[in-house]
Amino acid sequence: MNINATLLGQVISFAIFVWFCLKFVWPPLIAAMEERKAKIADGLDAADRAMRDLELAQNKATDRLKEAKQDAAVIIDEAKKRASQIVEESKDKAREEGERLITAAQAEIEQEANRAREQLRSQVVVLALAGAEKVLERSVDDETNRALVEQLAAQL
Amino acid sequence: MASETITAEEYISHHLTNLTYGQHHDGSWGFAHSAQEAADMGFWAVNVDTFGFSLFLGVLFMFVFRLVAKSPTTGVPGGLQNMVEMVVEFVDDNVKSMFHHKNNMVAPLGLTIFMWVLLMNIMDLIPIDFLPEAGKAMGIHFLKVVPSTDINITMGMALSIFVLVVYYSIKQKGIGGFAAELSLHPFGKWGLPVNLFLEVVNLLAKPISLGLRLFGNLYAGEMIFILIALLPFWAQWALSVPWAIFHILIIVLQAFIFMVLTIVYLAMAHDEH
Repeated sequence: MNINATLLGQVISFAIFVWFCLKFVWPPLIAAMEERKAKIADGLDAADRAMRDLELAQNKATDRLKEAKQDAAVIIDEAKKRASQIVEESKDKAREEGERLITAAQAEIEQEANRAREQLRSQVVVLALAGAEKVLERSVDDETNRALVEQLAAQL
Repeated sequence: MASETITAEEYISHHLTNLTYGQHHDGSWGFAHSAQEAADMGFWAVNVDTFGFSLFLGVLFMFVFRLVAKSPTTGVPGGLQNMVEMVVEFVDDNVKSMFHHKNNMVAPLGLTIFMWVLLMNIMDLIPIDFLPEAGKAMGIHFLKVVPSTDINITMGMALSIFVLVVYYSIKQKGIGGFAAELSLHPFGKWGLPVNLFLEVVNLLAKPISLGLRLFGNLYAGEMIFILIALLPFWAQWALSVPWAIFHILIIVLQAFIFMVLTIVYLAMAHDEH
């Protein structure tokens, strides 16, 4: 148990080891650990952000869906309304067309009737004249009787 | 027991004698053949065994840590890097909690102290006769395996730390500030001689207690292993196993205390009063 030069040797080697540790061991290890710490923090941050983004996107998606449903309901309503409108319109049109056809037919009928009546009237004059000629057996003064006969025919 | 032909006293003193290389009385250089011969060599002799193991363990520590530090991954660390980082983080946490000044030297110093002292202490767990008997087979007379049971080793480290404490005290406070701290402290300027005496004792007690604490703990621990080894071989395990298990605690604890006290002393050296 003597104090001897071992002590000096230990001092010197201690100094060398501390210097070596200070220069070549400590800095790279601490740097690597710090870097990993930063990496992990970044990763956790990113995960948080992604979580928030996901929630946001989900909210947006449900909003969109709701909007779309409302839009669809509006469109369907409008379409129904429009359809009934179209039906009404075509009904109206058909009725008008029918009425128009009826009136046209009636006018034609009247026209035909008038024409027939005119023809009849003119033929009645001729017939009456012929009848009267036969009755009288002679040709009476055509000019004097014509007025009388036409007067008779107008009364028909 | 090593052999039946030697007495217990011889066995114990054999285990406590270093393999010392130095100058003999007749002027020739060589290994000492007894404790007395080693003591007669004076200061200029080297305990080859403890110093050799100390150097070997220091180099081993540096090699392993440098291996990891050369290409540390910032991703998922493997087994060795994990272990190294655990130690580094442990030391770093301790330094951060105790040392609040700017000094890049303290943390690596703490790491070196912790790992080196720990490795030196762990040598104590190698069964007491393994390496000495192996040495005997190779013609080495004495072999003390645990460096931290050599007072030269522990005091060498403690004195280095003392030098650092004085250096940083003067660097931080100037020579005047350091002198004032030593002379004006407990009793003001009228009690200067008393102050100086108290403070110098206080200052010197730091390295001495630091070195002697480690030495004493490990020396005592080894001594008990030696005494247990004197028992009949079939009874040794009953005591050596519990003691070894308990000793694990002392080994780590002493390395930790050495590191913590170093950090605390350096922090005190940086503090302004």
